[in-house]
Amino acid sequence: MARVVVVTSGKGGVGKTTTSAAFAAGLARAGHRTAVVDFDVGLRNLDLIMGCERRVVYDFVNVINGEANLNQALIRDKRTEGLSILPASQTRDKDALTFDGVQTVLEGLAQDHDYIVCDSPAGIERGAHLAMYFADDALVVTNPEVSSVRDSDRVLGLLASKTHRAEQGDEPVREHLVITRYVPERVGKGEMLSVEDIGEILSIDLLGVIPESSAVLNASNSGVPVILEQQTDAGQAYDDVVARYLGETREQRFITEKKGLFGRLFKG
Amino acid sequence: MAASGAHKGAAFELKGRMATLSVMRVLHADVDTLLTQLDARLAQAPGFFDGMPLVIAPAESVSLESAALIALVDGLKARGLTPVAAAECTPEQAAQAGLGVLRNLESSPSKPTAQRSGRDSATAANTRLITSPVRSGQQIYARGADLVITAAVGAGAEVMADGHIHVYGSLRGRALAGVQGDTNARIFCRSLHAELVAIAGHYRLSEQIEAGLIDASVMIALQGDDLQLSAL
Repeated sequence: MARVVVVTSGKGGVGKTTTSAAFAAGLARAGHRTAVVDFDVGLRNLDLIMGCERRVVYDFVNVINGEANLNQALIRDKRTEGLSILPASQTRDKDALTFDGVQTVLEGLAQDHDYIVCDSPAGIERGAHLAMYFADDALVVTNPEVSSVRDSDRVLGLLASKTHRAEQGDEPVREHLVITRYVPERVGKGEMLSVEDIGEILSIDLLGVIPESSAVLNASNSGVPVILEQQTDAGQAYDDVVARYLGETREQRFITEKKGLFGRLFKG
Repeated sequence: MAASGAHKGAAFELKGRMATLSVMRVLHADVDTLLTQLDARLAQAPGFFDGMPLVIAPAESVSLESAALIALVDGLKARGLTPVAAAECTPEQAAQAGLGVLRNLESSPSKPTAQRSGRDSATAANTRLITSPVRSGQQIYARGADLVITAAVGAGAEVMADGHIHVYGSLRGRALAGVQGDTNARIFCRSLHAELVAIAGHYRLSEQIEAGLIDASVMIALQGDDLQLSAL
């Protein structure tokens, strides 16, 4: 049985696509066959972050409309064995996603993948709803600021009520918190919410904290999931996220000020 | 699939059930005045009373003419409420207005079970328990009941009860107790960060809550027309 993991947040620009790309690449590196699906129809970004934008022939909407089959649309990642990408359509909008179409595509992917990572669009409308509807797990991506936390709270409410699992009365969607763009120094000055504040407000399990890092932008610009940049702080933080998701216990490394090498990097 | 009508077993059952219904006590025979006041009440909670089944019960001093009853029923339906029965009226009057007749309407829902020791017998007999966080954008209403929440109420969430509200996590959203007008209802919380608290329509915004009570364990009660917030 493939597990469907939605990466969602409510608010835009918090790092959903970066997290989707890194998380999917991390799962594949750990030996799990993984597909990552871009639900942001009309604002296609995942292919850029994954560096496969020039290999897109068919997309998610083509498959839903029966204009291509899944194998034609799936792009196999060249760097990471066992990772494939299903890009969104750039020329359509969210209405092109149908309930039955999404279900069929996910069932098709489930046949030869262990994990299906759904990169949700921002908002709580159709695209975001369909991205989370069939999920077994959710990574809720939050920045340490109040509006992002409130939107995440809203999304958590939807995960508990508007998903297939909730409607069927099955075991609820497993919710995991990923805090991105974290700067311990600014938390110390009271300019940012702390991990504890966010945890207290959202009261869900913390999967990991990704520090604010120039490595993320550099990786995006060069089309490499940041988790593959193992010498960077953000890459290592995502590596921890994947390991913890797969059941390993790892200490939180990026939540204290100027501790060790990465603290000194922040100063410069 | 069997064709409809071919089914041999019982197609329905009739059962007696206890249910809590909202009663509109009509204190004034002038329907226009009543509807105007109702509009003001509905405006405080848009969408909240939609489809609510309602029993129309004229007070002893008020006698509603058939025409007035029909006008009242139409007015209520136009506002999204669902009048289902009338008390203290003849079957003919009720039938003209499309209502059922309810006899022996009790003033207290707790009466059929056991007499309470306290004097506040008008409060709700039931309790609704919520154990998971109430998230931003969610709305929970304990109709005819107290509401006990053992988790947090997030900013932008709304919890309401006809009776008391107890919140054992942080209260960051809105809490409205006694929404049907029970002025004895109270709100109890372990950590007050509420956007708004209200009892029987009397409300206070977060900016009107004194700083010393923020994050504190607080009880909120109505005294006269004033909300009283006191540390527990």
